Amino acid sequence: MAEDKESAEAIVSEVHKKIRAAFDVFDHEFNKTVDVREIGTIIRSLGCFPNEGELHDAIAEIEEEEPTGYIRFEKFLPTMTKVLMERKFRPIPEDLMLQAFEVLDKQKKGHLELEELTKYMTQEGEPFTQEEMEEMLSAAMDPDKNLIFYKDFVSMMTVDDPR
Amino acid sequence: MTSSPTGITYCKCLCVVICSLPTLLIPPAMRAALLIQRWYRQYVARLEMRRRCTWNIFQSIEYAGEQDQIKLYNFFGYLMDHFTPASSERNLISHIFRENNICHNVDWERYFCYKSIEVPELYSGPHLSFPITCSNAAELVEAFKNKQQLHSRYVLQLLGETWRLLRILPNISQISTCHNKEITICGDLHGHLEDLLLVFYKNGLPSSEKPYVFNGDFVDRGKDSLEILLILFSFLLVYPNDVHLNRGNHEDHIVNLRYGFTKEVLGKYRYVSALRPPKRKRQNRSGMTDSDLEDDDPTAKSVDSSRRRVHSLTHSSSTGTRHEVQRRSLQGLNNRVTCSVEEELKERRRQAGLSQSYGDLRNSLTNSDSDPDPDSGELLESYGDEWKQIVDMLWSDPMPQDGCVPNEVRGGGCYWGPDVTEEVLRRHNLTLLIRSHECKQEGYEFCHNRRVLTIFSASNYYEVGSNRGAYIRMGPDLVPHFIQYQANRATRALTLRQSVGRTERSALRALREKLFAHKSDLISSFQEYDPENTGLISLGHWAGAMEAVLRLGLPWRVLRSQLVGDTLDGMLDYHLWFRELAITEPNTELSNASLLETMYKHHSNLETIFRIIDTDNSGLISFEEFRQTWKLLSSHLQTEISDEAISDLAVSIDFNKDGSIDINEFMEAFRLVGGDLLQNEGDPH
Repeated sequence: MAEDKESAEAIVSEVHKKIRAAFDVFDHEFNKTVDVREIGTIIRSLGCFPNEGELHDAIAEIEEEEPTGYIRFEKFLPTMTKVLMERKFRPIPEDLMLQAFEVLDKQKKGHLELEELTKYMTQEGEPFTQEEMEEMLSAAMDPDKNLIFYKDFVSMMTVDDPR
Repeated sequence: MTSSPTGITYCKCLCVVICSLPTLLIPPAMRAALLIQRWYRQYVARLEMRRRCTWNIFQSIEYAGEQDQIKLYNFFGYLMDHFTPASSERNLISHIFRENNICHNVDWERYFCYKSIEVPELYSGPHLSFPITCSNAAELVEAFKNKQQLHSRYVLQLLGETWRLLRILPNISQISTCHNKEITICGDLHGHLEDLLLVFYKNGLPSSEKPYVFNGDFVDRGKDSLEILLILFSFLLVYPNDVHLNRGNHEDHIVNLRYGFTKEVLGKYRYVSALRPPKRKRQNRSGMTDSDLEDDDPTAKSVDSSRRRVHSLTHSSSTGTRHEVQRRSLQGLNNRVTCSVEEELKERRRQAGLSQSYGDLRNSLTNSDSDPDPDSGELLESYGDEWKQIVDMLWSDPMPQDGCVPNEVRGGGCYWGPDVTEEVLRRHNLTLLIRSHECKQEGYEFCHNRRVLTIFSASNYYEVGSNRGAYIRMGPDLVPHFIQYQANRATRALTLRQSVGRTERSALRALREKLFAHKSDLISSFQEYDPENTGLISLGHWAGAMEAVLRLGLPWRVLRSQLVGDTLDGMLDYHLWFRELAITEPNTELSNASLLETMYKHHSNLETIFRIIDTDNSGLISFEEFRQTWKLLSSHLQTEISDEAISDLAVSIDFNKDGSIDINEFMEAFRLVGGDLLQNEGDPH
C-alpha cells in the first residue's frame, strides 16, 4: 500500500514536471506566466485534443477574476494536472478520422474537392480562420489537381505523431 | 497558431447550442467537421511547440558556443599565468601573440600594395577604378549576383581605400531624415548575400537620396561574408555621408577565426601570389585579412550593435576619438622596443576584452614595474576601460527584468533591463534604441515598452525556414516601418510542416553532436540513477541527467519524443539509446576514446587556436605546433594526454604525409558521421 502511494506520488510529480516543461517554453519573461493565447498550444502539445469550446471553458477556469491576458502557472498546474490524470480530451483514432472525411465525401470519390473541404471547414462546426484553412490546404492538397486525397493525408499526419 | 478571441466567442455560442443537443441530433457533416477541426488544431499546436523547441535548441547552442569563445580567452589568460620564460612552449605563445598583433599605425599602408598584382586578360569579373563610382558599386552587386569573384588586386585596392576612410571617420555619426530622404536600417547579415540582394531589390541601392545604416555582424556563419563586405565598403566609399557601417561583435579578428570568415577568405583567395616574404611554410595569401580591417572600423568603436537614433543634435563629450587614444598609448609602448612575453599577453588580454579580469588588470597596471613610460600606465588604464565599454556594447542583450547583470550566457557584456533603457534614453534625450545581435523569428522585435527595437536581417539564419529577416524604413516622424522577407524561393513553397521538420532535423543534429561530446559524462550521470546497473532509467531521471550535464536550459521532457524512441514501461535502456542515436565515432582510426571525446568537445576552440597559430594564413600547421598546442590545451583542461597519443593523432591526420597538417582536413575528420538520418543534410552555413 505504501508502495502504491509512493508510486502514485511519483506519477503525479512526473506529470507536474511535464506540465512545467511545456509551460516554460512559452514563458518568455521567465516570470511563470504565459500569454493566454498560447494556452491552447500548451494544452494540445501535452497530448490533449480539446475542441475550441472545451478550450475556452478550461481557460475560463484558469484565468484571473479580472482577466489580465496572462495565465499564471499556479493556476494552470492544478487544472492541467486534473486534465492529464483524468485523460480528458482524448486523442482521436486514425480510423475515426478517416470516417469523418468519408462522411464529407458524399459521392464516395475517395477524395475531396478544394471547394468542398473549404466550405465544410470554414462554415461548419467550429470554423477555421482563413489562415488555418490555407495552412491545411498547403499540407493536404495535391497542388496539380486541387484535390485532397484524405486517406493519404490522414496517414501522413498520423505518422508525424511521435507518441 | 492559436484561437483568436473572436473565434472563441463565436464558437462558444455555437458549442453551447451543439453540446446541449443529444449527439444524434447533430448532423453528421457537422460532427465530422468538428472532429476534423479538433484533430487538425491539435496537430498545428504540436508543430508550434516543436518550432519553439527547435528555436530554443539553436539559440542555446549558439550562445553556448559564444561562451566557449570566452573560455578561449580564458585559455590565453591561463597561458599568461602558467608559463615561465624558461618553458619551451614560450616560443609558441609569443609567436601566437606577436604575429597576431593588430597594426593600427601607418605601417599598415604597405599591406595594401596592390600595384604589383596584374589582372590577367582572361579575367572576366568586374574592373574597379578609383575613386570608385556608383556604377562601379552597382556593377559589383551584379557581378556577385552572378557568382563572379572580384580580382584580388581590386580587393586590396578597395580595402586600402576603405581603411584610409575609416581611419578618419568619427565614432558617432549623426544622420537626419526628411520627406524625400527616408533612412533604411538593416541588422545582422552574417554572410547571407541573398538577403542583402533581396533588400537592395526591394528597397533600392544606397545613394544620397537613399541612406542606409548597417548595424553590424556583416560576416561569419554565412558563406558570402567577403562579398557583403566588398559591397558595403564600395557603397561606403561612394556615399560616405549616406552609408553608415556600425560594428558588431563579429567584427573582431578572433571571432572570425572561429566563426568562419577567416576560413572563407582563405578558401576564396588561397592561390593568389604572395606579396609578403615567404616564412617557414608555403605562403599563398596576399596582404592582410579583412578582419584586421574591421577591427579598425571607427564608426564602430563607440556606437555599435546598439545604435542610437539621434533625435536632436547632440555632441559626443567623450575624450577624443579612439585613434587619438591609440596614438598616445602607442607612443608610450614604442619606448619598450623589446616587449616581454608577459607584457604582450597582457596587451592581448586587453584586446580580447575580458571583462572579468578588469579588476586584476587595473591592479597589474598600477603595479607594473617594467613599464618605463610613466604616462602610459594611465593611458593604458583608460584603454582598458574603453575596451570594457566596447565589449558591453557589442555583446549585451536586453532582459525583461529591471537591473543590469553580467551576461553569463554569452560570456561577455551584460543583460540590461527596462529601467536602464529609460535612464539612458532620458539622459541623452533619445526616443528609441535600435540594436541587433539577436536573431528574431519575425526579423524584428520590440521590448522594454517599445523603447528598444531589435532588427535582424539574415533570414533562415539557423536553417532554411527558421526565421524571416527584416529591415526598417524611417522618415522624419521617426516611426519605424518594417519590411520582412525570407530569401530562398524554396522556403515560401514549404508548408509549415516541412519548414518545421527541416529546421528541427538540423537542430536535432546539432544537439546530437553535443550529446556525443558529453557521452561519458552522460553515461556516468545515468548510472547514478541506476545503482543496480540494470541499464535502465526512468524518463524523469533521463531529463534530469540531460540538464545536469549539458546545462542548455532546454525543455527535455518536451523534446523527449524527438530524442527517445521506444521505452519499456517508461524506462529507457540508455546504452541502447546511445547506439540508436546513430552517432558513430568520427572518421579516424583512433583507439583512444577519451582523447576523441575531448577533441570533440573542444573542436571549435581547437580550430580557432589552429587558425591563430597559422599566422601566415596558409591553412597548414607543423607537427611541432600541433603537438605543443595539444600539450597546452590538455594541461589547461587538466586532462592527461600522452605525447605518444598526440603523435599517433598527428600521424593519422597527416593525410598528405608531408609533415604538416591541413586545418580544414583536420576539422573534416571530426565532423560526425551519422546514420541515415544525418547524412545528405548539407551544412546550411
